[in-house]
Amino acid sequence: MARIGNMEFFLDPNRCIGCQSCVAACSECDTHRGHSMIHLQYVERTISVQTVPVVCMHCDSPTCAEVCPADAIKRTDDGVVQTARKPRCIACNNCVLACPFGVPKMQTEFSLMMKCDMCYDRSSVGLKPMCTSVCPSGALYYGTREEIEHLRPRSEPINTFQFGEQTITTKVNMMVPRDAGVQHVDVLSAMEESPVGNAAMLDSVFDDM
Amino acid sequence: MATLPKEQDVLAKAWGPHLNRMEGPRLDTGVEPDKIVPTHCCFCGQQCGINLKVKDNLVIGFEPRYDFPFNKGMLCPKGVKRYLQGGHPDRLTTALQRDPDAAAGFSPMAYDAAIARVASEIERIQSTYGPNAFGVLSGASLTTEKAYLMGKFARVCLKTKYIDYNGRLCMVSAGAANKKAFGIDRAANPWDDILKAEVVLIAGSNTAECSPITTNYVWQARENGGKVIVVDPRITPIARTADIFLPVKPGRDVALFNGILQLMIENDWIDHDFIEKNTTGFEAVAEHVAQWTPRRTAEVTGIAEKSIRAAAELWGTAKTSFLMHARGIEHHSHGVENCLSTINIVLASGRIGKPYCGYGTVVGQGNGQGGREHGQKCDQLPGWRDISNPAHREYIAGVWGVKPEEIPEAGVDCYEMMRKIDAGEIKGLLLICFNPKVSLPDNAFVTRALEKLEFFTVIDFFLSETAQYADIVLPGSLHEEDEGVVAQVEGRVIKINKAVDPPGDATQDWRVIQDIAKALGRSHGFTFESPREIFDELRVASKGGVADYYGITYEKIEAQNGVCWPCPTEDHPGTPRLFEPGSSNPIANGAGPFYFPDGNARFVVPAYRPPAEEVDESYPVILTTGRVVSQFLSGTQTRRIGPLVDQYPEPRVEIHPRLAQKYGIADGDWTTVESRRGTITLRAQVVTSIRPDTVFIPYHWPGRKSANQLTIAAQDPVSKIPEYKVCAVRLRKSEKPADDAETTAPDAARSDITRGGTDDVARTAVQQGR
Repeated sequence: MARIGNMEFFLDPNRCIGCQSCVAACSECDTHRGHSMIHLQYVERTISVQTVPVVCMHCDSPTCAEVCPADAIKRTDDGVVQTARKPRCIACNNCVLACPFGVPKMQTEFSLMMKCDMCYDRSSVGLKPMCTSVCPSGALYYGTREEIEHLRPRSEPINTFQFGEQTITTKVNMMVPRDAGVQHVDVLSAMEESPVGNAAMLDSVFDDM
Repeated sequence: MATLPKEQDVLAKAWGPHLNRMEGPRLDTGVEPDKIVPTHCCFCGQQCGINLKVKDNLVIGFEPRYDFPFNKGMLCPKGVKRYLQGGHPDRLTTALQRDPDAAAGFSPMAYDAAIARVASEIERIQSTYGPNAFGVLSGASLTTEKAYLMGKFARVCLKTKYIDYNGRLCMVSAGAANKKAFGIDRAANPWDDILKAEVVLIAGSNTAECSPITTNYVWQARENGGKVIVVDPRITPIARTADIFLPVKPGRDVALFNGILQLMIENDWIDHDFIEKNTTGFEAVAEHVAQWTPRRTAEVTGIAEKSIRAAAELWGTAKTSFLMHARGIEHHSHGVENCLSTINIVLASGRIGKPYCGYGTVVGQGNGQGGREHGQKCDQLPGWRDISNPAHREYIAGVWGVKPEEIPEAGVDCYEMMRKIDAGEIKGLLLICFNPKVSLPDNAFVTRALEKLEFFTVIDFFLSETAQYADIVLPGSLHEEDEGVVAQVEGRVIKINKAVDPPGDATQDWRVIQDIAKALGRSHGFTFESPREIFDELRVASKGGVADYYGITYEKIEAQNGVCWPCPTEDHPGTPRLFEPGSSNPIANGAGPFYFPDGNARFVVPAYRPPAEEVDESYPVILTTGRVVSQFLSGTQTRRIGPLVDQYPEPRVEIHPRLAQKYGIADGDWTTVESRRGTITLRAQVVTSIRPDTVFIPYHWPGRKSANQLTIAAQDPVSKIPEYKVCAVRLRKSEKPADDAETTAPDAARSDITRGGTDDVARTAVQQGR
């Protein structure tokens, strides 16, 4: 507990510029060199340049571990959910299918589920994770709650997510605009909305639209 | 004899670009580095701090440099993967000579013999045709020491007036406008002034992709309540959440900013007191912009009138602000006017020279700032001195130990040098840190010019598409193989530190230049033993100039994490924010904040001119060009780094669905884009993030994927920057090009000469009976 201590991970897709610096840096992490554990995607490139980075949210009660028939996925005392343990993992893919955030990756070359472990080799000795170190737009941030409140007065960290009937609380926080006034992120309803990012183009070209 | 020794595809197979990936000690976990070297990224003008991990003379990775204040550990993907340019299979480790009989088109030769050959060709050409028949092209990714040396080498050693550099494609419009308006060419403020600006206006800067670290400054300004206005024909990632988005029709920036100034004047959103006390020329500008009514501005710029009005009000009524621009408004045949029109709305607001009141151009190249200060420009001497000013010539002649009349007169810009090569006036060329075959517009012409050279030599670390035309290639050094200073986007002079030694016969660039001088028997002034010695001469050469480095030392840079010039004395801390009362200003000497004898800034009338090539019935669509985040400039380095190529492997042409529909083009379709100069066939990316009358192609690729086959060589009459951002094209749906194949594995023709020095090469060559 002491080493990660009061440091927290904050994810702010509003700030993401899709540069993939996090993806590049993730593959430099010593626990999984050469393999990036970050998912970074356009929501819908045709109609918006919005991109969203996804790291492991490190659930308080991790679905991936709950569905693992081999008990291969462990959560540390300081709340970090680890990559499957090699001697136990049977590469069944249950975790990949069950994770509501779509985080675990099945590395077929190693017959092993691998995922973001918040750079445990770094964070457990007081260093920032790679992705949060390099992210040039602050979309991925690692620091104390006091720091984030000072730096991001317009947003608030939320760590409760609703997936249909399932409520999940996570160690990683999602920054949500303060004026949205939400207590949790309702993922399914968000999926039904199309991004509107590029509507500004025609609206700003033509006066009559 | 500067023609390709082999077909392009044979050369590409032998010399790359091949993709370097993580392997060996770069992939193994738990490798303890021998040392960690704090330095900076080799790419853009942000010059992020980075720590390089070195093992056995190889950079094996990086650690974030949290303690460097500009980026605090942040990096873009190019910075993260930059280390993969070292230990590369394409790396030149010997000198090469053009050899059509060799399988790879070039054969290795001993370094000393190559230097001797270069010197004898220089001697031959200059004694036959005169000193100006030999030219030099240089670059702004060189350290300031090297840039200084290149200017001195051309003038003192070669005695030629023909030297220019690739900053001509980059910073010169901003530079010329800054000099006209402020008397000094440097971003006026530290980037921290963005953080609490009420309004941040970003014009023609794809900030998130081309200067990613600046994004955090802009986002932080928003967190602090600031509003963001973005002027761009595309919704780039920085524009996505802009409070006001102004999708200007390419080439109409002057109209937009004149229109905004007209609204500021009409609504009295101007600072009368500041204009009165600190500027001249306002009345003429006010009179000129009166014609730019909102209606006319909207018609010309292709922006909704309501958006123009909203932007003018937001800008006009702010208490603090920061305006930044980049190549988007600078790459035009009226790039200087574009910049001047933005400066006018800054001066009219009075918001400059104070905390959170800023202006700056976002520098492109790593030393885009420092590389344009000390004499590798055709009309410039060190310290931003003017080569046509007798007093300046006399001072520099004193530093160089020559007579003032021995310093050549001003030469011409780099594109004009290509024209002089084409016309037969320049017969020989030495080129470093420049890839004009990819980066200059209308590159069919560039090829034609290069092929006319009697002798062409290139110093480079990879065989770039331009170096493939060389008679002799001299193996130069990578960024991490040398030390020296650069000036980043804020005008902060920082130190590049050496992490590894150059491999084989590869040699630090400044040594290569000095070796040529020595072989010419003209060593006087070219006997430096280290970059520090060059820097110490540069400090004296810049003393008393506008870009005064005299008070900057390597030690002070380290102690302060950089020193912003001007810094006239050793006890001076440097000048982070220009135009403040009492800040160092050798020109005004207390008369006022700006760098003119009267201390006043100049309003300059920016007359609107349309782009050189307007659309018409035959070519009805506007083409604009730019960059992607994972590639850098002509791609000599970044097209060789596997993970960066994976991220955006091929250029695509961005088309709005409305336009795509007209031609029956769907997302992913092969599409031919044709201008009066060339044709390119690429896959379409159909997106609503671009104006419906404009298409976009990134320019990092060579050959049939080169956007510069299409672009126009029209240039700004003052800055000589080419008009990369506007030309007329037509589109059609097309078929996959026949030669659409990628090479990734090094070819056997070259693999025998990729490692080791001349000895290995000679041995292998003998074994193969070459």
